[in-house]
Amino acid sequence: MLLIACPHCGPREQTEFVCGGESHIERPPTPEALTDHDWGQYLFMRKNPKGWHYERWLHAQGCRRWFNVARHTVSHEVRATYPMGQPPPVIEG
Amino acid sequence: MARPAAYSIWSLVRNALNQHEGWQRVWRQPEPKPVYDIVIIGGGGHGLATAYYLARKHGITNVAVIEKGWLGGGNTGRNTTVVRSNYLYDESSAIYEKSMQLWEGLSQELNYNTMFSQRGVLAIAHNRHGLEEQNRRGGAIRLNGIDSEWLSVAEVKAFCPIINTSPTLRYPICGAMLQRRGGNARHDAVAWGFARGADAAGVDVLQNTEVTAILREGGRAVGIETSRGTIRARRIGIVVAGHSGVLAGMAGFRLPIESYALQALVSEPIKPVLHTVIMSGAVHVYISQSDKGELVMGASRDSYNSYAQRGSFNIIEDQMAAVKELFPIVSRLRMMRMWAGIVDVCPDASPIIGKTPVENLYINCGWGTGGFKATPGSGWAFAHTLATGEPHPINAPFTLERFATGYLVDEHGAAGVAH
Ligand SMILES: Cc1cc2nc3c(=O)[nH]c(=O)nc-3n(C[C@H](O)[C@H](O)[C@H](O)COP(=O)(O)OP(=O)(O)OC[C@H]3O[C@@H](n4cnc5c(N)ncnc54)[C@H](O)[C@@H]3O)c2cc1C
Ligand SMILES: [Zn+2]
Repeated sequence: MLLIACPHCGPREQTEFVCGGESHIERPPTPEALTDHDWGQYLFMRKNPKGWHYERWLHAQGCRRWFNVARHTVSHEVRATYPMGQPPPVIEG
Repeated sequence: MARPAAYSIWSLVRNALNQHEGWQRVWRQPEPKPVYDIVIIGGGGHGLATAYYLARKHGITNVAVIEKGWLGGGNTGRNTTVVRSNYLYDESSAIYEKSMQLWEGLSQELNYNTMFSQRGVLAIAHNRHGLEEQNRRGGAIRLNGIDSEWLSVAEVKAFCPIINTSPTLRYPICGAMLQRRGGNARHDAVAWGFARGADAAGVDVLQNTEVTAILREGGRAVGIETSRGTIRARRIGIVVAGHSGVLAGMAGFRLPIESYALQALVSEPIKPVLHTVIMSGAVHVYISQSDKGELVMGASRDSYNSYAQRGSFNIIEDQMAAVKELFPIVSRLRMMRMWAGIVDVCPDASPIIGKTPVENLYINCGWGTGGFKATPGSGWAFAHTLATGEPHPINAPFTLERFATGYLVDEHGAAGVAH
């Protein structure tokens, strides 16, 4: 089980949260100019890395706010939590 | 080259009389050749079945299966072995039913006992909406010529006496959908049987060989880099389940797939109490009994991406609460072992079997939490694709391009549970 530090409430058990998947995916500014291929890339294609993953979590049973988590997909280590809109932290290795 | 003798009652008797010292190695341990016609990355059931059908059905035997660990050590050897073909859409029906028909003759075809047991798969409905959904689904399944029956609460109780049909349950049983031709098979035996058959036909099965790069020349895949050297090939097939994204990354493209841990556990062995497979999508648990007597149980996958082959405890907690409510007799059973595999989940819960953006490079992935049942059919269709360079009609709908065209095969929640 993960221990996740909500930026607003502090460390809480994973069961209080909902995972929202890969973060930092921006909606294309001009959807009408996009090809089907590019729209498919935006909608469906994911990085799915074996390593550090930058993902969104919702504190569903707490403050009900979304935030970002930098977590390793093999060790499950949570290295950082940071507010929505902030760029991902740079992690070595 | 000496081929192992066929297994039979006579070989069993002969070897029993010789203290079982005469059994032959089941497949060779060859050195990698520098060039093959076709290289298959991933020695799980799907990769090995692909190699088997390439050799047996298409006569292409200059083939290697490259496995970084041991055969079936991925999801093939970690799954709970539920086999069924009762899917909603025509596209899914075609490939899963093809697979079911291959299962029905597989032990004979492979001369290897896959312990395929058509003990039935029962999916429970817990409310009116569940019943309506089962009605619709059962109708669609029967229209595709696949067996599906509906059982009332009394019939469910008669079919499986240990189930709790009390109307005062938090989620009472309202009825169930049964596929009698569904059931279980022995997972390792499926990998080993296909490996033995492929090897006997001349395929090189290379274990402890990890693929580290995909070699490209002028936008074409021409070979792979492995922990045992460079291997070139005319065509390459990726069949690595949870690691599909990693391999696609080596070839420079992305997939609509995310990897998650899916876990299962078994109880201590007990006398036979359950002769079928029971699943509930609503309370989310499914259960069967192995031939050793253990109750085999599984539930949902973890919610966050993982490559750790380690599941979260909260899933076990929920699953055990559900199983205890449905089967009160398990309340004092001890649970013996738990494990997890990394499943490759597609947004529409359907596989991708076909071409990639890189010429000569093909992929078979996205089976997620429910691909064991598809092992023979998937291998059969992928072998056709690799042999001819084009998909067979039964895998033609399952392209990677569907995520641009929008032609998804949206099997989410097929039969309520994802297995
Ligand atoms: C707990 C659990 C329960 C399940 N229950 C069911 C069920 O009841 N019914 C059902 O139908 N399905 C079930 N599934 C899903 C099913 O197990 C899979 O869909 C199926 O087994 C996938 O087979 P595969 O051959 O594609 O993958 P795998 O068996 O995972 O094989 C892929 C292989 O690729 C190898 N590999 C990876 N990277 C590399 C590399 N770089 N180089 C070389 N080799 C590599 C791996 O070592 C692995 O052996 C379950 C899965 C799990 C985890
Ligand atoms: Zn919070």
